Amino acid sequence: MKEVKVTPIKDGTVIDHITPGNAVKVLHILKIPESTTAVVSVAINVTGKKGKKDIVKIESRELDPKELDKIALIAPKATINIIRDYEVVKKHKVELPTEVIGIAKCSNPTCISNAREPVQSRFHVVCKDPPRIRCYYCEREPEDVADMIV
Amino acid sequence: MNFKKRDIISIKDFSREEIEYILECAKKMIPYAAGEKHNNILNEKILATLFFEPSTRTRLSFESAMHRLGGKVIGFADPSATSQKKGESLADTIRMADSYSDAIVIRHPQEGAARLAAEFAEVPVLNAGDGAGQHPTQCLLDLFTILTEKKKIKGNNVVLLGDLKYGRTVHSLAYALALFKADLTFVSPDTLKMPKEVINECKEFGVEPNSTSNLEKAIKEADVLYVTRIQRERFPDAEEYNRVVGTYKVDNALLKEAKKDLIVMHPLPRVVEIDPELDNTPHALYFKQAFNGVPVRMALLSLVLGGKKT
Repeated sequence: MKEVKVTPIKDGTVIDHITPGNAVKVLHILKIPESTTAVVSVAINVTGKKGKKDIVKIESRELDPKELDKIALIAPKATINIIRDYEVVKKHKVELPTEVIGIAKCSNPTCISNAREPVQSRFHVVCKDPPRIRCYYCEREPEDVADMIV
Repeated sequence: MNFKKRDIISIKDFSREEIEYILECAKKMIPYAAGEKHNNILNEKILATLFFEPSTRTRLSFESAMHRLGGKVIGFADPSATSQKKGESLADTIRMADSYSDAIVIRHPQEGAARLAAEFAEVPVLNAGDGAGQHPTQCLLDLFTILTEKKKIKGNNVVLLGDLKYGRTVHSLAYALALFKADLTFVSPDTLKMPKEVINECKEFGVEPNSTSNLEKAIKEADVLYVTRIQRERFPDAEEYNRVVGTYKVDNALLKEAKKDLIVMHPLPRVVEIDPELDNTPHALYFKQAFNGVPVRMALLSLVLGGKKT
């Protein structure tokens, strides 16, 4: 009998094909648990057809695919599935926007965006996969984007 | 080409054609910068110079440029006498300067400060150096110096020497020289090498820079030697500074095998890296380079304030 590690959900959102190890950062980007009381299940290092991956399932809540594009910063191959009555009714591949605001912190400690100023961090997306971003203010590129998620 | 109200934050914001246009305007400004001719095109305009970090040449040449064009200058050279000392944010200081002036020049110890200032100001903002980040007007005057001395930038072998890791002028300059297809050689101590991202930018323009720590060898082929100070204030660690300061010294002995028309440039201030014995030789261009800050900044001020069109 096939072992079911992650149970299907009736309604909600499944974020699949997350880069292994980055599920917790995805939750962080989505401000979970602060932003929701829904049941959220997380699977880390699940073996899929194309190797290991992480999965996040959010029950009874359909997330806006555009909002989820931010996830592309740390999981460029992630897919978003909207589930209704156990069926996938919408499938969306994440796509990094051309600009990322307020999600990642600049890795340069002397960048003005890290000072006490009324601005949000802001990055231009230089490359979508692998994700490379450049600070709008100091023009530096963080070496590891995932580490800079706020 | 219209530069009216445009911010001057990073050399990367400008195309090659735009840079050439600015340099052309700067050339026309030389007799005015030297006080041989007079004009009043910025009469009644006010420039705010906000220097949160020490400066001699940049501040004075901006002020001189504004006065030479008939404008007025307000500002400060010491932030300890301002509300920043009371904890005011840069954004608020900029809002205030914006309402008092027609253009703002800012030098600040934090990278990105000028870009932030441009967000909060309606008037054009000119970056006079943001930490270890950008210093576009220095870059423009360096290009202007090479162009006026060598008649072209392309094909000249430019050796950048010294602190290539923390030095803000060399990062922008390497980018701009690659944009103009100069040949580049980077000479530095191992710990102060040019950052990879700058080298990659040069490669994107089809320029493959040579990197070496052997100055004697590099100097033989050089058309331009651009020397930088190893800046104590940029080092996070005093020990690292002590290990590398004084690694290179440019003097007459070193230049014995150099090309006769080699020019030696330096953004100044110099400390020990250029021997004063070089000052009276035809190689020494650094004082003329410092003068060139005035016509270049006059060109920029007249363009962003006057909206001069071709």
